[in-house]
Amino acid sequence: MKQVSPIFKREFLGYFRSPVAYVFLVAFLVMSVSLAFSRYGGFFKGGVAGMESYFGFFPWLLLFIVPAVGMRLWSEEKRSGTVELLFTLPITTLEAVLGKFLAGWAFLTLAILLSFPMALTVAWLGRPDWGIVVSTYLGAILMAGGYLGVCALTSALTKNQVISFVLSLGACAILLFLGFSSFTATLEGFLPIAAADALANFSFITHFDAFTKGVIDPKDVVFFLSLMGFTLFLNVVALER
Amino acid sequence: MIEVTGLVKTYGNKRAVDGVSFSVKRGEILGFLGPNGAGKSTTMKMITGFVRPDAGTATVDGVNIATDPVAVKRKLGYLPESAPAYGEMSVEEFLGFIAEVRGFRAADAKRTQVDRAIRLTQLASVRRQTIETLSKGYKQRVGFAQALLHDPPVLVLDEPTDGLDPNQKIEVRNLIKSMAVEKAVILSTHILEEVDAICTRVIIISQGKIVADETPAALRARSPGARLDEIFRSLTRSDT
Repeated sequence: MKQVSPIFKREFLGYFRSPVAYVFLVAFLVMSVSLAFSRYGGFFKGGVAGMESYFGFFPWLLLFIVPAVGMRLWSEEKRSGTVELLFTLPITTLEAVLGKFLAGWAFLTLAILLSFPMALTVAWLGRPDWGIVVSTYLGAILMAGGYLGVCALTSALTKNQVISFVLSLGACAILLFLGFSSFTATLEGFLPIAAADALANFSFITHFDAFTKGVIDPKDVVFFLSLMGFTLFLNVVALER
Repeated sequence: MIEVTGLVKTYGNKRAVDGVSFSVKRGEILGFLGPNGAGKSTTMKMITGFVRPDAGTATVDGVNIATDPVAVKRKLGYLPESAPAYGEMSVEEFLGFIAEVRGFRAADAKRTQVDRAIRLTQLASVRRQTIETLSKGYKQRVGFAQALLHDPPVLVLDEPTDGLDPNQKIEVRNLIKSMAVEKAVILSTHILEEVDAICTRVIIISQGKIVADETPAALRARSPGARLDEIFRSLTRSDT
């Protein structure tokens, strides 16, 4: 497993060797903050010293933002031929998959944590419940990892980044929509109720909601971690086939 | 050092490599010759563990690529066709990454290996330049530097002189020749003079099968007086 670190390092620094990282970080922060201050976010109107108005959009925002980070993970290597270089170096597929995934996750974590001025603003305006703030950050980071696992997998299936992006977006959207009663009601139309209920448990929104209320339920943590584990396993399989 | 027995690879309904067997000893430079699409690159990809063969085995220094791929990859230096590299990195950063993956983690060990590879391939003048801004010849040399960075006992080079100017070709050939004394080298090429210049043995491959495996002198003796490319044409004519 010690081969994970050079892969991680190269991939993580790779974001900053091109304008990708800076464009991404700025776009993400501008979008997330302006949504919070918009009439839909209602940061001021809510009159609450909390970050709900900021994180409320996260499941939606990450739906678009994470595929933008994840689409290149493997597609780019396949397109440029470096995948041949990578897999003739003395590393296992698992080490490569982990190194690249963790680098992407660390980058997303950085993007999420860079919203700290929001937290400082809230602290200056009122007295937020720091427990809730911390648990929400944790939930957001875990949710980003869940999305990224899906995106890394779809990226390993194609060398075309556009296809990779669209596939990721589709897969992530399903995981998001499973939380809406209208969507699950449609599922119940042609699936047994038990199956539809089981599927609804895979929704990102329901699992993320608990974190925004200050509840760190092991069930939710395990959900995101096992989703990451499962998608990374499939990622290894997809690359080795 | 390299033992290849009965390698087979099929893509769709085309048999790219059809029962290729040969061996390469230490000190030998094996030239891999054949028309485009004859199966040269696919064979090399199977030896280096990038492509899994449908049948047959390849062993490097007694280690089977199928059972312990990581151990084989440690012994190998591989230059893939058209020398892929991470374009956004500088030459130094890229070779540093390869050094770390190759186990040279300590700063001074890493530096020694990177400097040595840069010196051998004469990349000093561009070491801080990003790879995507380099000319084809330099990119090729970066790929070469990456392959010999850890001083491997076995070198597999897919068209190592492709895209180089005549002077650079001669330099690279001299470098391969000087290193081959204690290594086993396989190189693929289109250039027949290259075979004459450096190879101790030639394998001609056509439609996935070996049609000749001998020394360059023996190949010439097949039809005395004929040029090498005439012999090559007569052996691979069916491949068009």
